[in-house]
Amino acid sequence: MAQTQTVQTTNTAQDTRKVLLSIQNLRVWFELRRFGFGIAGYVRAVDDVSFDLHTGEAIAVVGESGCGKSSLMKTVLGLYRPREGKVVFDGQVISEMGRKGLNWYRSQVGYIQQDPYGALPPFMNVLRILDEPLVIGGIRNKEERMARIHKVLNEVKMYPVEDFLPKFPHMLSGGQQQRTVIARAMIRDPKLIVADEPVSMLDASVRVEILKLLRGLQETHNLSFIYITHDLSTVKYFSERIFVMYAGKLVEKGPIGQILKNPLHPYTFALMAATSDPDARNAETYKEVPPGEPPSLVKPPAGCRFHPRCSRIIKGLCDQQEPPEFEPEPNHQVQCWLYKQ
Amino acid sequence: MATNSDKLLRVENLVLHFRTTVGVVQAVDGIDFSLDSNRAVVILGESGCGKTSLAKAILRLLPRNVAKYSGKVYLNGTDVMAFNDEEFRQNVRWVGMSLVPQAAMNALNPVIRVGDQVAEPAMIHLGVKKEEALNLARQMFQHVGVPEDFLARYPFELSGGMRQRVAIAMALVTSPSLIVLDEPTSALDLLTQANIFNVLKRIKKELGTSFILITHDIATSSELADEVAIMYAGQIVETAHAKDFFPAPLHPYAQMLMASVPRLRADQDPEFITGQPPSLINLPTFCRFAPRCPKRFGKCDQDPPVVEKDGRKVKCWLYA
Repeated sequence: MAQTQTVQTTNTAQDTRKVLLSIQNLRVWFELRRFGFGIAGYVRAVDDVSFDLHTGEAIAVVGESGCGKSSLMKTVLGLYRPREGKVVFDGQVISEMGRKGLNWYRSQVGYIQQDPYGALPPFMNVLRILDEPLVIGGIRNKEERMARIHKVLNEVKMYPVEDFLPKFPHMLSGGQQQRTVIARAMIRDPKLIVADEPVSMLDASVRVEILKLLRGLQETHNLSFIYITHDLSTVKYFSERIFVMYAGKLVEKGPIGQILKNPLHPYTFALMAATSDPDARNAETYKEVPPGEPPSLVKPPAGCRFHPRCSRIIKGLCDQQEPPEFEPEPNHQVQCWLYKQ
Repeated sequence: MATNSDKLLRVENLVLHFRTTVGVVQAVDGIDFSLDSNRAVVILGESGCGKTSLAKAILRLLPRNVAKYSGKVYLNGTDVMAFNDEEFRQNVRWVGMSLVPQAAMNALNPVIRVGDQVAEPAMIHLGVKKEEALNLARQMFQHVGVPEDFLARYPFELSGGMRQRVAIAMALVTSPSLIVLDEPTSALDLLTQANIFNVLKRIKKELGTSFILITHDIATSSELADEVAIMYAGQIVETAHAKDFFPAPLHPYAQMLMASVPRLRADQDPEFITGQPPSLINLPTFCRFAPRCPKRFGKCDQDPPVVEKDGRKVKCWLYA
């Protein structure tokens, strides 16, 4: 209960906070080529997505694989160029930044990868992994770099620090590897952290530890946080708002307490119904799962992209017209014709 | 022997140790459990606790570096450990029990049509002709919810969830009484995961198959579990009926494991377990969980006995 209350108070206060990252009508499409020339079509990975992220705010993007959440994240990181729309960070459009601007931008944004073992170079020890971003960042003074590395490793609770510095990734446990990845993301003192399923590869007992560590860092440094996940049960310990993504679109946006109590979009409903809590009664019933699979992003269905799987479809409307964003509750938006005012 | 015949599977003091360059890994170290027919047992534990090795020990799918392999496995009252490898292959594997290995969806042969792959075990183990085997495969596809025309497709033409269903169909085609599932949904999406569990529940109900489900995911394991066995450092520390276990686990490790599960429908802050599981090479002679246990007391420096309490078994001094 305390959790939801704190969340709500931060939400009413959020208008006063500065917008750090603003995503405006973002489209990220990938070309499909036919025999090397000619464009056969586009994979519409992100299609008309907009949201604002405030300083010190944690949001979660929830969706299944292939819904475009990784493309969205990589565009925010500046790795993909948007086809349309803008990513504005602290007043600057990142797709218009030059080399210098991007270097600055990358010091402002930290990235936590999904698979810690894959994300750490196997031939570098912890010291070099953490030293390199500082060297690239232009910190010439070795003592200053070492001080920074010690501080960050202490923050991610890898102590005694001296024991860990010479270790290579294969000598660390999964949890320690993920801590190293977090330390690397934090090393240049960023304002925004993007975490792509940071705990999905870890064991259940370590998972909570890492989530609490991230939450602690987010609060002490007043970081903005984008948490990308498919696991609804972890988001409420972590973020203030949830964006539910389906087939390249954010179909529902809202404060966490409201969405979990009162999900509006049929897809959010289905995701929640499919999430299990440990309970022996689960074995007695079947789960309600929408039929079919997520649509192709090359030729998404006309109208609402969820309509072929939706049990509450309005014939003649949902399969023809794309739903605009409705706001049935304050701060809670949904792209679904059921909520037409 | 008479006491064994009423159980579908009975495992007694099963041991599987591996030889490595750094020492002997005691992956499975004296496991006892039993399973009635048409029931499902979940083996829960963190990674590296020996869950997968237990599956391999039961099915005798052993690598070359085995240091010790002993104990008894009774399937329908027959001691299958007494069989030699060829007898085991002919009489136990596939026909008695089959395995859906970890990441089974990636284990399909990419250049053979999935229908032929599913039919193959039926041709080899049931000795049926190809047409009949394909018919069986078609029936199994219906059970797992794969459209019939997928028989002629190749694995790359199927989504991850569909491939996982095909792998389950393959394990089913010889109609074994027991299927061992090793992390069947760990690489799948939420909705696909829910779908696969629906399929497994339906198979259990319609075909009366029993399951051993090996997983680290406590929340989804409750979707199938009749019995729960908690594994820690090569041993089972608690076994109980699911309806007793989930509301109130007994072993301190099981309690902490349950407390670490984030819940969607309850406002309970998850807690994590400090420390790390012991290395399976240098195992302590005392209780293996004692170094991480908050309820540790004087007796814990000795190996705890297995205590029976209200039809549950727990290996802990607290209940002795």
